[in-house]
Amino acid sequence: MAEVLVYVDHVDGAVRKPTLELLTLARRIGEPVAVALGNGAADTAATLAEHGAVKVLTHDASEYAEYLVVPKVDALQAAYEAVSPAAVLVPSSAEGKEIAARLALRIGSGIITDAVDLEAGDEGPVATQSVFAASFTTKSRVIKGTPVITVKPNSAAVEAAPAAGAVEALSVTFSAQATGTKITGRTPRESTGRPELTEAAIVVSGGRGVNGAENFAIIEALADQLGAAVGASRAAVDAGWYPHTNQVGQTGKSVSPQLYIANGISGAIQHRAGMQTSKTIVAVNKDAEAPIFELVDFGVVGDLFDVVPQLTEEIKTRKG
Amino acid sequence: MSLRIVVTVKYVPDATGDRHFADDLTVDRDDVDGLLSELDEYAVEQALQIAENADDAEVTVLTVGPEDAKDALRKALSMGADKAIHVEDDDLHGTDAIGTSLVLAKAIEKAGYDLVISGMASTDGTMGVVPALVAERLGVPQVTLLSEVSVEDGVVKGRRDGDTASEQLEASLPAVVSVTDQSGEARYPSFKGIMAAKKKPVESWDLSDLDIEAEEVGLDGAFTKVEAATERPARTAGTIVKDEGEGGKQLAEFLASQKFI
Ligand SMILES: Cc1cc2nc3c(=O)[nH]c(=O)nc-3n(C[C@H](O)[C@H](O)[C@H](O)COP(=O)(O)OP(=O)(O)OC[C@H]3O[C@@H](n4cnc5c(N)ncnc54)[C@H](O)[C@@H]3O)c2cc1C
Ligand SMILES: Nc1ncnc2c1ncn2[C@@H]1O[C@H](COP(=O)(O)O)[C@@H](O)[C@H]1O
Repeated sequence: MAEVLVYVDHVDGAVRKPTLELLTLARRIGEPVAVALGNGAADTAATLAEHGAVKVLTHDASEYAEYLVVPKVDALQAAYEAVSPAAVLVPSSAEGKEIAARLALRIGSGIITDAVDLEAGDEGPVATQSVFAASFTTKSRVIKGTPVITVKPNSAAVEAAPAAGAVEALSVTFSAQATGTKITGRTPRESTGRPELTEAAIVVSGGRGVNGAENFAIIEALADQLGAAVGASRAAVDAGWYPHTNQVGQTGKSVSPQLYIANGISGAIQHRAGMQTSKTIVAVNKDAEAPIFELVDFGVVGDLFDVVPQLTEEIKTRKG
Repeated sequence: MSLRIVVTVKYVPDATGDRHFADDLTVDRDDVDGLLSELDEYAVEQALQIAENADDAEVTVLTVGPEDAKDALRKALSMGADKAIHVEDDDLHGTDAIGTSLVLAKAIEKAGYDLVISGMASTDGTMGVVPALVAERLGVPQVTLLSEVSVEDGVVKGRRDGDTASEQLEASLPAVVSVTDQSGEARYPSFKGIMAAKKKPVESWDLSDLDIEAEEVGLDGAFTKVEAATERPARTAGTIVKDEGEGGKQLAEFLASQKFI
């Protein structure tokens, strides 16, 4: 059976959920061979094996933490040459897309980014994408070279599928470009204890209607009752009420949770671009004409300062 | 010696228009008004600021696109760029990211550069990969997705806010930079700027000027193929209630019925 290379996104050996989703998709096309780089690379093996990796290629070097993107491209290319896979799958993070693109160029292949689904096809894997602010769905194929495809978080279920997960050391020679862009400092993002925005099953967002940084406590209280991540519109971020890392939309994160709750958000096209594919959408907005109501499964026309706390209380009561 | 900055800007269909696909499954560029991608305005802005802080600098804006793409160049020139290059050729229709990066890289080399500045992503394709591809082709450092950027003594520095960390980056010129919409509000063209832009030089190059064969680009040269495009069905109309004191409870009831609580 053909092998499929899966690039592993991990933090010091802790595999991030989108990678496990990639393994589910990879198994539809062939046998997943994982590539884990950097500090803790070998620690990823057990988790990857549980989810279907037949092999885990690992390599650690200080270059991965000290220089931007290119060392990882060099390593992925080395893995590609060692394995000759039927496809290469990479998580659709900002960095993942850059790594995938440079690899594709080097190996003379086409690249598809931000797939939301992947199936085996007679002429190679077929990727589903959601385009024009999620108003269209396309099916695409790479028609030259080995398909390189980046896949968005929440595109497939994480499935247990025990496999060998044999760890093998990857041999990597860094290119002349590898040390071009130096990372001179790194400030890790502080954990809020809430789920990762792009991975969360429920997202509770606030917009301009929240009217102040201090009022985001209302949004957070609801999120915490639901075990949800907190999102924000660009208007709320630009006003300095909530961090940019929580922005949902075209220039922020794109989310596709089971449930999205928009509070005081009008539903501009650029915001929709990041949340329109959510399974269930709920909105609270005092303007009955707000475009967000075109998307909702359930909407409340009302003041969020009344509705949201009442909702939070009610959930608390129901949970008992 | 002067600092030569090339800003890559894309002409895109207006995101607030009714965007759709043409019969050949390329982006329809006829029925929706086009404009300079808003995300590339941030690139123009940072280029202008870097130029203003340099002793001697020249900002060239470069686009690969159809006839109308000149509008995008005019806008960038009216913001303050010095000159423009338009790569236009019938054979470019349907070019994908790999092909676009080839044309851009060749044009950038022909123009001469110390610094390339791009937007974080185009608002139509939204791939966010062209700057990395251009860096790979040019063989120079990529310093991408910066929310803060500065250039001093032949070194570009910037801050990249990633998923798990915020990183400080540094590279020697020549380099390819891309900036996010967090990098600072883009200026509006002034009346004077708009008038001045009319007199600024716009060069037109075609594929033969760049020694690129028609087969390397366009729909025929593409590495990827869109096989089907379907409009997302409108979401079925949901229930909308007016809050008369029970809105939160009604919402809770809905969430419970959907097993979220
Ligand atoms: C290139 C580009 C990229 C962009 N990227 C993004 C992006 O990634 N994400 C994003 O979100 N936007 C993005 N935008 C901005 C987008 O166009 C909108 O400006 C933005 O989404 C508006 O945010 P909002 O809905 O919070 O604010 P508004 O549009 O001002 O809406 C606020 C809403 O709150 C309601 N409201 C006010 N008070 C209350 C109350 N007490 N109770 C209930 N409801 C209330 C109002 O009725 C209104 O509908 C982008 C724009 C451009 C040009
Ligand atoms: N046709 C084009 N002409 C000029 N610049 C482009 C073109 N396509 C992409 N770019 C540049 O590359 C950036 C990222 O585009 P993309 O990878 O398509 O999302 C854009 O913000 C532009 O700066």
